[in-house]
Parts: sequence; structure tokens; C-alpha cells
Amino acid sequence: MTEESLLSDEFVRQLTAVGGVDILVGVPTLNNRTTVERVIDAILIGLVKYYPRERSVLINPDGGSNDGTTEAVQAASIPDFRTALASNPLRTMHVVSGHYPGVQGQVGALRMILAAADLLGAQACALVSADLLSITPEWMEALIRPVLKEKFDFVAPIYERHRFDGLLVKNMLHPLIRATFGYRIEEPVGRELAFSGRLASHFLEHDSGWQDFLRFGAYAWMTTTTMAGKYQVCQSFLGPRVEASKRSGLDLTTAIREIAGAAFHCMDIHESYWVSQQGSQDVPTFGFQPVLDLDPVRVNRKRMFEMFKSGVDQLGAVLEEILSPSTLQGIRGISKLDEKLFHFPDELWAKTVYEFASSHHRSVINRDHLLQALTPLYRGRVSSFILENLRADGQEVESKLESLRLEYERLKPYLIESWKQANVR
Amino acid sequence: MNELVIKNLSWALKAVSELVVQFLPRLVAMTVIFVVGWVVAWVLEVVLRRLLLVLRLNRLFETKGLTHLLTQAALPSPAEIVSRIVFWAVWITFMLVGVNALGIVALQLEISNFVSLLPQFVVALLILFFGLLAANFFSRAALLAAVNADSPSPRLFSSFVRFLILLFAITMALERIGLGRGVVVVAFSISFGAIMMGLAIAFGLGGRNVARRILERRFPEAKRRDEDKDDESSHL
Repeated sequence: MTEESLLSDEFVRQLTAVGGVDILVGVPTLNNRTTVERVIDAILIGLVKYYPRERSVLINPDGGSNDGTTEAVQAASIPDFRTALASNPLRTMHVVSGHYPGVQGQVGALRMILAAADLLGAQACALVSADLLSITPEWMEALIRPVLKEKFDFVAPIYERHRFDGLLVKNMLHPLIRATFGYRIEEPVGRELAFSGRLASHFLEHDSGWQDFLRFGAYAWMTTTTMAGKYQVCQSFLGPRVEASKRSGLDLTTAIREIAGAAFHCMDIHESYWVSQQGSQDVPTFGFQPVLDLDPVRVNRKRMFEMFKSGVDQLGAVLEEILSPSTLQGIRGISKLDEKLFHFPDELWAKTVYEFASSHHRSVINRDHLLQALTPLYRGRVSSFILENLRADGQEVESKLESLRLEYERLKPYLIESWKQANVR
Repeated sequence: MNELVIKNLSWALKAVSELVVQFLPRLVAMTVIFVVGWVVAWVLEVVLRRLLLVLRLNRLFETKGLTHLLTQAALPSPAEIVSRIVFWAVWITFMLVGVNALGIVALQLEISNFVSLLPQFVVALLILFFGLLAANFFSRAALLAAVNADSPSPRLFSSFVRFLILLFAITMALERIGLGRGVVVVAFSISFGAIMMGLAIAFGLGGRNVARRILERRFPEAKRRDEDKDDESSHL
């Protein structure tokens, strides 16, 4: 799709006034008045501090905010650099706002940013969420430097997390993407990332399937499309990620529908790439990972276990359509265990995820229903993970997670067999 | 007097025997047509089923998603459905020809009425088929939503949704073929109204917790503040 059809005339006029740029930072907004000002200040200060000689622009696609976000963006556009940096920028900092149809969600905003990057010939692009509380100017250096100076095409973030935070990523997305696509990326759906101008053009050329992705699924698409395109990938430490709308404003079922659905869909799109991949490779990592004492998170493990048990009991007929008899038998078996002895083995969990992916591929039932049926099983896995790691320190947890990732890799032939059966039927 | 009675009786007997003599061959012809029709229909069904399996009709429909739809509606495979339809169509045609061979005017009229009803009957079958599909789809959606919302009786809720949609589809189908039109519509209206009223009363009196959950879903910010008390992990 050409960029002209994605951008309004007024937006193109503003971009034309900016001219060519070296760095483009995109900040999609939708009712983020309380946080956006600080986010934009941090970005602009970071750009001035680390890239004073580069031509930079901040693009703000807004989905139709009605809480004064647009005004807050304009107000944040002229920070007092003297107090922050004791110097002034060498070049004019541009902030360009435009509207995208809110119904397109995050995907509409991302397409607008990509089209702007293509039009302005940006060498490096970064995406930053507008509802961050923990962003610092150093994030700009961490994200952009690998692209601008080290010539990488894609920079994924690494966040500092509590051991019980981001459990869907740790137990499912990270090991699944690593086993299938062969890259050891910590955050396959990180929402702060950077990419090169040539990768932005590649995204634009291959964006015909974007309408199938919901909000955060587009980030999974960008990550996997980069890997499938064999671009240079790296990751960078950013520190803790704290956002104003806790848990991304998503309940668990919606998160699984969006993120797991996107991951499965990406496997469909890039099937020819991942089926032939063997093992996994490390990706270069930039920055320094501090050992922080993060605030503990509370998780109601007992309730999760009860919901797992009840889900397995109530959804028997649905699960029979998705899972193989042996996997379902295994799940039924562990659902009868006592809460204190409960254990969801790595092998059973990896097989469950793989069989869901294969069943999603051949649409054995409505795909949305299939993803909803995964939720109770994920609750069981989380309940087991927390029980096993209640007293574990960060290193022990990491070691167990590495075992899980290796289990996913070991079972990849099982996935391919199941996937190919799906193609034959 | 006796002679007159005997004469009348013998005339009546003669008339009946003539009728029987005339009717018996027709009855035999009808029976033969029925049997031949059944054999022809059965042979056609078997041959067609094998032919469709050889031609991989099921796989062709699977790629189009129809086999999956039929499975969801608890119906057999496309090849099975087509061969069964052919069997019944052929046999019913033979049966109509057979009944027509009896030469009974009243029956011929009924056959004519039946034939004129066939298009409505097909439409009613289609309504039932799509009703069954909708009932399966929405009852499963209700079951999953109820399980993930930790509702107390997910299966009951799901069965209720299924029952309601099927009731609606059956009513529409019966109404379509004009079977007890008034009775069906009135019965449906009464049942539906009673169910809704019962639900409203039950919801108002006993469903305070459910109402709270629905309101919490409607106003997630308030719910989130409550949930944060015991679960503040982010899964992403």
C-alpha cells in the first residue's frame, strides 16, 4: 500500500515542511493526557542529549482523544532544554500530530508512523507507548543507537521484571517464538522498539495482513516479520516498564486472544520460514541490566487453580476438538491433583500450546473460541509456575524458564508433525 | 321379500368383488412400485456414496469449511448427506407414483398438496439447519465466556442459550410450513415471555452477584481497583 493512501493531506503537508530526517519516533495516543506530556519530554530530551546533530521528528498519531491529549502533546513539544541539559538543541525538534481512524486501533497508528518514516526517509525509527511512567531519556539511546550506529535493523526491548510479572510472555510467547523462529528474543511483543528505515519500508510492503491483528498483535507481527525477513536483530535493556493503565488495560482472556492469537497467526503467515528453522540463536544484547529490587506482585494462585479445574471440567467437549487424546488425558489427570501438590509439567504445557497452534492453523473450531479455551489451561500453568517458584530467587526462576524454552525446542518436531497433519487433512 | 334381499345382497357382493378385483392389481402395482423404488433408491445411494468418496467430495468441502460447519451441527459428512438426500428423493418419487397408481381421487389431491408444500419444506429444513449451527456456535460462546468469567453454572447457561435459539428456529420452521401456525406462534410467545419474565425476576431477586459482575465488566476501572487488592500481576 502506498504511504499517500495512509496519510491525510494535512499530515503530508506537515511532513513536507519537516523535510528529510535521520530519526523518527512514533508515539501513538488515545486518551493519554495524564502521561503523554512526560513521555514526550523524555523522548525530546533523549534526542537532544544523545543525537544533537541528527535531524529528528516525533510523530503522534492520535485515535481521536477527547481528554485533551492533543493539546498536551503540543504543550510538551517545547521542553526547557536548558534546565534539563544545560544546552540547547543544534537542530529544530519537530513534533507532528495527525489523526487516524480510531476503529483501526493500534494497527492504524503504526501504519501511519511507517508511512511517515518511508516518506521522510528516516534512517532509524522508534516506537514508544504514551502511557509509560518509567520512561527516561536514556531509552532513546538504548533503542536508537543500535540502529543508527551499529547498523542493526530491529531492536527489541528487554524490561526489568518481577519474577511473577509478564507470565504469558515468559511461559508461552518467548519460548514459542524462540522455538519456531529461532531467535532468543526476551520480549517478542515489546511495545518500545526500534527499526531501520529499510525495515520500515519492508513492513509497509508486506502489511496486507495487518487488518487481522488486534491492538498488540501488530507488535508480534513486526517481530516475526523481521525474523522471517532475516534482518539483523538485537535487543536492548530499558529497565522496568511501568505504565499508567496497569495490565495494559486488558483482562486475561482478551490478552490471550490478542497476543496468543497474533502469535499463532504469525506462524501461519511465516510457515515456510519457521518450519525449516532448527535450534535457536542468541541475539546481540546492548545496555546494562541492573539487579533491581522490584515491588512484589500479588497473584491469587488458588483462584487460578480453581478456575483451571473448573475450566477443564466444563470445557471437556471443546478441548476434545482441539487437543490430542493423550494431551487431554494428561491435563485431566493433573486437574485432579490436590492444590498444594499441583504441577503442570513443561512437556505437557509445551504440547498443549503446540496443539492449540496446530488446531488454530486448521480452524477446528471458531478461532476466537479456541483462544478462549486456552485461558483456563494457561491459568493452570501459571498457578503451577507460581507454586514451584514461591521461594525461588531470580536466578532459579530464570533457570527453570530456560528449561521450559529448551523443552519447547525439543518438541518442535512434534509441532511440525501436528502442523503438517493439519495440512494433509 | 327374501328374494329381494338376496338379490340386493348378491348385487352388493358382486359390486364389492368387482371393486376388489379392480383395486387388487392397483394395490399390487403400488407395492411393486414401492419395493422397486426402494431398491433403485438404495442402489443409487450406495453407488453415489462410493462415487463421491472416490471423487473426495468431503475433502473438497472441508477446504471450503462446509464439513466443519456440518460437524458443528452434529450432521454427517457432505457425501453422506448428498447420498441420503438422493435416496429419499428417489424413493418418495416412486411412492408418489405408487400412491397415484391406486387411482383414489382424494389421495391424488393430497399428493398434489404435498408436492406444492415441498419448497416450503426445504426452506424449513434450511431454517432448522442454520438454527442448529447458530445454537451450537452461541451456546459454545456462552459456555466459554461463563467459564472464563468464573460464573457458577456455565453449562446450564450454555444449554439455556442453545434451547432458546433452537426453540426460535423450530418455531420459525413450523410457521414456514404452516403447521399449526396460530398455535405455534402463540405457544412460542407465551413460552418466551414466561422465560424472560422468570429471568427478570430471578435476576432481580437472586442475581445480585451476577449483576455486580456485569456492572464491573461495564465499568472496568472500578473492577480493576477492586481486583488490584488480590492480583496485580501483568501477564504481558
